[in-house]
Amino acid sequence: MNMRLSVLMATVLLAAIQPAAAAADTLAAAANPGYVHGDFGPPRGDPIHAVLTSPPNVPAPTFRNYPAKVIVELEVIEKELPISEGVTYMFWTFGGTVPGSFIRVRQGDTVEFHLKNNPNNKMPHNIDLHGVTGPGGGAASSFTAPGHESQFTFKALNQGIYVYHCATAPVGMHVANGMYGLILIEPPEGLPSVDREYYVMQGDFYTTGKYREKGLQPFDMEKAIDEKPTYVLFNGAEGALTGDKALAAKTNQTVRLFIGNGGPNLVSSFHVIGEIFDRVQQEGGTHVQENVQTTLIPAGGASIVEFHTEIPGSYVLVDHSIFRAFNKGALAILKVDGEPNKAIYSGKEVDSVYLAERAGANLAAVTQATKAAAAGKLTKDEQIKAGQQLFAGTCSVCHQANGEGLANVFPPLAKSSLIAEDPKRTIQILLHGLTGKVSVNGKDYNSVMPPMSQLNDDEVANILTFVLNSWGNPGGRVEADEVAKVRAAPAVAPAAGH
Amino acid sequence: MPMRVLALAAVLGTGAVPAAEYVPLAGGTFASVLPADANAADVAVAPFRLRSQPVTNAEFLAFVTTHPQWRRDRIARVFAQASYLQHWPSATQLGTSALAPQPVTQVSWFAAQAFCASEQARLPTWNEWEFAAAADGTHVDARSDPVWREQILSWYARPSDQPLAAVGGAANLYGVRDLHGLVWEWVDDFNALLVAADSRDQNDPDRLKFCGAGALNLRDRENYAVLMRVALLSSLQASDTTLNLGFRCAKPADLNP
Repeated sequence: MNMRLSVLMATVLLAAIQPAAAAADTLAAAANPGYVHGDFGPPRGDPIHAVLTSPPNVPAPTFRNYPAKVIVELEVIEKELPISEGVTYMFWTFGGTVPGSFIRVRQGDTVEFHLKNNPNNKMPHNIDLHGVTGPGGGAASSFTAPGHESQFTFKALNQGIYVYHCATAPVGMHVANGMYGLILIEPPEGLPSVDREYYVMQGDFYTTGKYREKGLQPFDMEKAIDEKPTYVLFNGAEGALTGDKALAAKTNQTVRLFIGNGGPNLVSSFHVIGEIFDRVQQEGGTHVQENVQTTLIPAGGASIVEFHTEIPGSYVLVDHSIFRAFNKGALAILKVDGEPNKAIYSGKEVDSVYLAERAGANLAAVTQATKAAAAGKLTKDEQIKAGQQLFAGTCSVCHQANGEGLANVFPPLAKSSLIAEDPKRTIQILLHGLTGKVSVNGKDYNSVMPPMSQLNDDEVANILTFVLNSWGNPGGRVEADEVAKVRAAPAVAPAAGH
Repeated sequence: MPMRVLALAAVLGTGAVPAAEYVPLAGGTFASVLPADANAADVAVAPFRLRSQPVTNAEFLAFVTTHPQWRRDRIARVFAQASYLQHWPSATQLGTSALAPQPVTQVSWFAAQAFCASEQARLPTWNEWEFAAAADGTHVDARSDPVWREQILSWYARPSDQPLAAVGGAANLYGVRDLHGLVWEWVDDFNALLVAADSRDQNDPDRLKFCGAGALNLRDRENYAVLMRVALLSSLQASDTTLNLGFRCAKPADLNP
């Protein structure tokens, strides 16, 4: 905050407006948000105990038009939590979750902050709130031994979305263990009303074991110093925001995401696949940028992004440094329910064969199979080879080239219980798609596979024959005329219970 | 469960705690994580003796029995906060929550000091403790060894809602046990650790408390692990107690062995 500028602006505004003194602060702030210093005088009314929420939830707006004294109580808890399927990590948390509890106050509020360090903890901790004006952002006043509590008070002078984090030495390790969260300092007039608000925070994690290596994984200092994370995650665990825990919205709603990045090292290229951010408060600042595809969130920074939902489906939140999304876990789902709107998005309308130069090298086996089928001498081996190449083009995007799928999002095809139960059901799934809950290898998935009806009968038969004869599946063969029969039959209703 | 049997035996067979073993350390000059001056000079550690193991619950029970002013129901509040020995079933009894061979925790610096005095000893200084803890089974200074470092860091990752192990881990070169991987330990000059850092230079006086400032102290990667012990000690008042904080005692070098 440029002090001189803010004083100047306040003087100019006061001279121009000349309202009653009590209302001047709020009016001035509303007329020129971001420049007016948010000291609206001493707190009024009874002290308020702030309601904190666990991610991905956001507390309700303050709905206040006066500065209050707000009491915030936050407990540091060191606890073992899952970081991925079958993998646990000793997290250090603000409020028992990673990221920590979401705090929501209003600009001008006087915040009495209580930091409690659980007696079972090993480490001393403190808190640096980026929304605090004062040495260390509160860290100087909140250094707390296990089994103790510190108190300090600050006035929330600047509006915005701010990261808070532990700043006890070694700072990097405390942050890498999950010690960060967000505090929202609402503008005096509040934020515009929206249908949904969610709290998502990215962080990078460093374990001695490899990605998804099972068991309790200790912190790896070398990897942290080298900035080579094992995991890059939204909300502290792989799968924290997928499957049953996916974020939810309906069509024709405005969604506001408070997106933070705890770091400790990586900068996030935050993107929602299939959405355009209508409004972004870049770096959490006051000025709004519009029509943004991907927004950069610095380590120790946050943004407010808003978009309007139009089309039902699963929208994937990623760090568009894209290997982090698909190989280190930085992936979350926003599931939008509602009626399709073909005027805005049609779904696939046409898929015709366009081979061009790929025909030579990549799809030789497909060409071979097509010829053989035409001659009526197609062998199972030819089908498998052709199916493998088609699979690589169409199916591997979701189910992965190794057929393992993606945990909690896309079910595996490898050694699949669903295929083993009824191999021929795969024809039905491929042609008509599969929506809703499905159990594969003991795990539930709840997402959408679109119909692959653009594939012709030969292609479907070849792909399925390849799948049936790969990765420990039961084997067998699917013929083109079987596919034709299923295609001709009406689609089967989704499984009961959906 | 042999541990529990042992605990009962200690409770019932009152006062049968053998005298503590102290082992000699030659001392010398030493590169502390908290250097002696702004030029990162080595510190000099005089010869001394160190208790081979942290003080156990059984030993501390014997102490409060003979020095009842240090019982949790009689101690002056200025010497220890309310959580002092609260994990014991009573002021004069051990139990499943505090087994005889486990290191005593929830003790204040004052109480630790008094215990050591009862053994004609004192708390070790930070540099003495750090000097002893730099060794592994074969090296005087193993701090650059990843295995040594890993031992420290893995303890930080271990959940602390599980019972503490009994004392008597592997001995280092000097025959000292449990310096790492069991409990934090009081040192005599715990509250001087930050003050010393302040007086060295005109930097931010709270360098350990701030983002980035702590990193200034980080002379090499190994220090990272040891620095966390300094951070814990510097967060404490002398009357504080925590569930993971115990102590051991030191004595001057034995001039008449």
